[in-house]
Amino acid sequence: MPAPVISATELTKKYKDFAAVDGISFEIASGESFGFLGPNGAGKSTTMRMIGAVSTRTAGDLSVIGLDPNQYGPEIRSQLGVVPQEDNLDTELKVRDNLIVYGRYFGLPHSYLGPKADELLEFAQLTEKAKARVDDLSGGMKRRLTIARALINNPRIMMLDEPTTGLDPQARHILWDRLFRLKERGTTLVLTTHYMDEAEQLCDRLVVIDKGTIMAEGSPASLIKQYSTREVVELRFGSDRNAAAATKLESLAERIEVLPDRILVYSDNGDAALQKAHELGLNPLTSLVRRSSLEDVFLRLTGRSLIE
Amino acid sequence: MTAAPLPGESVALLEQSPSEKALAGGVKPRRWGSWYVAETRLKVMRGYLQTMVATGIGTPLLYLYALGVGLATLIDANMGSGGGQVSYLVFVAPALLCSAALTTATEEFSYPIMLGFKWNPTFFAMNAAPIRGGQIINGVTIAVIVRLVAQSVVYYLFMRLFGAIPGPYGWLVIVVGVLTGMALGAMLMAYATKLEEDKGQFNYIMRFGVIPLTLFSGTFFPLSTLPVWLHWIGWISPLWHGTELSRVLSYGYDEPVWLSLVHVAYLVLLIAIGWALARRLAVKRLNK
Repeated sequence: MPAPVISATELTKKYKDFAAVDGISFEIASGESFGFLGPNGAGKSTTMRMIGAVSTRTAGDLSVIGLDPNQYGPEIRSQLGVVPQEDNLDTELKVRDNLIVYGRYFGLPHSYLGPKADELLEFAQLTEKAKARVDDLSGGMKRRLTIARALINNPRIMMLDEPTTGLDPQARHILWDRLFRLKERGTTLVLTTHYMDEAEQLCDRLVVIDKGTIMAEGSPASLIKQYSTREVVELRFGSDRNAAAATKLESLAERIEVLPDRILVYSDNGDAALQKAHELGLNPLTSLVRRSSLEDVFLRLTGRSLIE
Repeated sequence: MTAAPLPGESVALLEQSPSEKALAGGVKPRRWGSWYVAETRLKVMRGYLQTMVATGIGTPLLYLYALGVGLATLIDANMGSGGGQVSYLVFVAPALLCSAALTTATEEFSYPIMLGFKWNPTFFAMNAAPIRGGQIINGVTIAVIVRLVAQSVVYYLFMRLFGAIPGPYGWLVIVVGVLTGMALGAMLMAYATKLEEDKGQFNYIMRFGVIPLTLFSGTFFPLSTLPVWLHWIGWISPLWHGTELSRVLSYGYDEPVWLSLVHVAYLVLLIAIGWALARRLAVKRLNK
């Protein structure tokens, strides 16, 4: 692995007695696409703010681009592109002006920012909206504008906090495509998400984080391999029959999870497991065989679902 | 896109280590960050230029005419003149300028601050770029000062037009107006920086703070005509200090020099306290 651009050791953030981030350690390499996967309130955003040099850590060590955020906030931030969880575009300025004004905060001259803003509008597919008001943009367009804004300083590291939350599927796919292109150009991506498909799509490597601690670390494929079976059968018997069916199903598989609305049967051969269930005389109302996902990894690690 | 050099970067700079590049990237924002913020704020203000010009011209015109010409006819006929020294127009005009500055400052340092921290949190966006909390406060303040100066200059020109400034140092009322607006404004900015939620507090401050201050700060009539137990309102009011000082400069209102110095010191002190407090609170609020 190349030299890390971000490295954290026992990183901790406490609010009074509550530890939002509780002694986590990780390293992120240059050019890598790294994800924090976890439910709301897991400490992902707090970690991102500490890396982004806007939130002072309570304890532990943190180095971003070889510098300590406590001492070199503006210096570190000059090399970052930040896409926050909630859009904070300036609604009092036009779309293109949002980019220009933001570039000024990095001390970049107008002569550079004009053409750069046009290039980024093109990249974000917003050229026609250059003179529009921010409030007139759709949710997906606002996200793309925020990403364009974050790129105004040619950042070494892009920090994306829940980049596609609240977007419709089509808008998400456009956004993922743009992020892929950045990745191809060698930009380091650090992102948080509670969407397993997003993590699988975008991350080379990720940590599963819950209650401020890291539960597991690895590539999406290796995590699935390590913590789940190849396939999963989802069975629905109706809420009153789930429990009774579960006891019978236990013999069929390596592991089962009983959720309020369905039973998950973990098996390397889903079709065979489903077949056996039918042979046992269990007739589910619906059944589905699918590949294991990070959702299953999370469930295994925490006993809880990602989206609650 | 990522490989393109930024302006000012030579090929040699590209060979810098990432840390060195970051250190270089922090130099300009550390030095000029406040001005970059001011630039943004002025750009935002440009969107409201029409309103600002309309109020900037309309306010002096209306008030000087209504009070300095209209009401003055009645007062001058009955009293000889306001306070006995000069005509009511000359007496009231500097106070009107200060009062207008106070109103604008109240506007600019209340809702826009809450907007930046909460409703449309652009201050957090600035802070995610290399801008620091203190610089945000500085930048906002610089932009408001620019507006206050412009507005007070227009007011001053109308005062001249109405013949309301007899003294040679009359132009200094522009400075006093800005100081007066800033004195209350800086304190309000600190309050707004701290305020987590507006449940009508600003409205309350306007109705029960700014308007009474305007009425009881020797604006329309000398403080001495009020009962003694109400004089304290004047003493704590930046508007009274500003008004008295501007009268000294406008028409040579007779007061001891030490008192004029107290006026200046009081206004400067309020600005210093409010500004410093706001800077500190902004840093704290941004560091979540």
